[in-house]
Amino acid sequence: MKKLINRHPGPVATWALGLLPFALLLVVYLLASDARLEANPNDKLLPSFSAMGDAIQRMAFEPSKRSGEYLLWADTLASLTRLAIGVGISALMGLIFGIVTGTLPYARAGLSPLITGLSLVPPMAILPILFILFGLGELAKVMLIIIGITPFLIRDLQQRAREIPAEQVIKMQTLGANTWQIILRLVWPQIMPRLISAVRLSLGSAWLFLIAAEAIAATEGLGYRIFLVRRYLSMDVILPYVLWITLLAFAIDFLLARYSRWRYPWFHGSH
Amino acid sequence: MAIIEMNNLWKEYGDQVVLERLDAEVQEGEFVTLVGASGCGKTTFLKMLLGTESPSRGELLLDGAPIPDQPDETRGIVFQRYSVLPHLSALENVMLADELHRHKLIGRAFGGKRKALKDAAMAMLESVGLAQAADKYPHQLSGGMQQRLAIAQALMKRPRILLLDEPFGALDPGIRRDMHHLVLDLWRQQGLTIFMVTHDLAEGFYLGTRLWVFDKTRLDPQAPGAYGARITYDLPVGDCDKGTLTAIQAQADATARTMA
Repeated sequence: MKKLINRHPGPVATWALGLLPFALLLVVYLLASDARLEANPNDKLLPSFSAMGDAIQRMAFEPSKRSGEYLLWADTLASLTRLAIGVGISALMGLIFGIVTGTLPYARAGLSPLITGLSLVPPMAILPILFILFGLGELAKVMLIIIGITPFLIRDLQQRAREIPAEQVIKMQTLGANTWQIILRLVWPQIMPRLISAVRLSLGSAWLFLIAAEAIAATEGLGYRIFLVRRYLSMDVILPYVLWITLLAFAIDFLLARYSRWRYPWFHGSH
Repeated sequence: MAIIEMNNLWKEYGDQVVLERLDAEVQEGEFVTLVGASGCGKTTFLKMLLGTESPSRGELLLDGAPIPDQPDETRGIVFQRYSVLPHLSALENVMLADELHRHKLIGRAFGGKRKALKDAAMAMLESVGLAQAADKYPHQLSGGMQQRLAIAQALMKRPRILLLDEPFGALDPGIRRDMHHLVLDLWRQQGLTIFMVTHDLAEGFYLGTRLWVFDKTRLDPQAPGAYGARITYDLPVGDCDKGTLTAIQAQADATARTMA
């Protein structure tokens, strides 16, 4: 008999084992929800699936009585726009500062301590400052994402740029390259797939900062909606929204991974 | 005039002497192989030729002038690993030198110019036997093919001297023999001046025109860094017999054991 550590599940068993916890979670929820609704048909804590279905129908496919908008889609558009602007600007700054500090020792000496210091400031703690400085508009929410993830992106990409083998930097010089050309033809193209990895890692935090900012000051957005309906204990809305956010996060991550494999085959081939 | 000239060349790190009192001249077209125990400074010497290390004392001259203290296009290099750029195809790797030269700002060529550079690069790939692999990325090539590519890439710049840092150390013996033929052919055809560091003493005897053995003439077992290595043998290849090989090997082994 093989030791447990040496036994591997087959492909079917792997899938089955992976799905099992999800199925169990679902069954537990159904049982608990049924039990509570049996005791009190007006219970709001664990709504039935039909109640959630109604809520989805109401939020996604019927215009709001107040504003005439389809709320789920309006919220999604608002949140994704903020996320895209915030993450996009952060990625651009991470790319520029990561390459400059990772490649040029003088820039590293001048900027690294500042970036390290900034990265230690808890972003949520300066959210009030952002609201004071930038008001309650879009800028403050986008700024929170930027402040939250840019230091991480810069530090990660600086490290990745420094990991480019010295042999390749020397090789570029023996091929006649100047500093600018080394950045343009060696460092930048090699950093791009690593930027995508770093962005994928930082997306979790980006969502966190987005929802936090929306919860405090917004008039639309996925985070705003969840915190709004919390007042009415509307779990039938909150749970589908959370599931929808999770699905969006998964889809973005999946698309970035796919794009990276398609665009940078050399990176994934050698790793 | 000699292409490389050393006058009382020293290399020290603090009180660790790596190389001491090197005096030699190398003429254009020579193929020098550098052998010796680990830690006897042959790689340090190669780095001084490359420009990533500077001499502590004395002179190291390239074409009569002090050798530039940073790498540039006068010296080509092939390392044991990481010599080619992983994000470029084989063809793009070879085209790179010309592209950098043509377009200082963007380092890239387009249209008709690109076509001309491409043709030149293809000819170079053909001469190292990589024509079929032109569109492959380095990670799709075997170790030997990657080193062929690295050599092709370095030769596009027509460097004054070509430096090979244990270029075949990671290759299988059969592939290594093919690479020896390739390097010898290219050296003869293109009139290159080559410095090659190798661990393999037999390789040093077989390749090239001149064999340098780096070894410590004075060795204090209590302080292995107190004295530097010198060139203990400077032999024209072809003139040395089996006995010399055995003697050099025995001395190198003795040094290695004392230093370990």
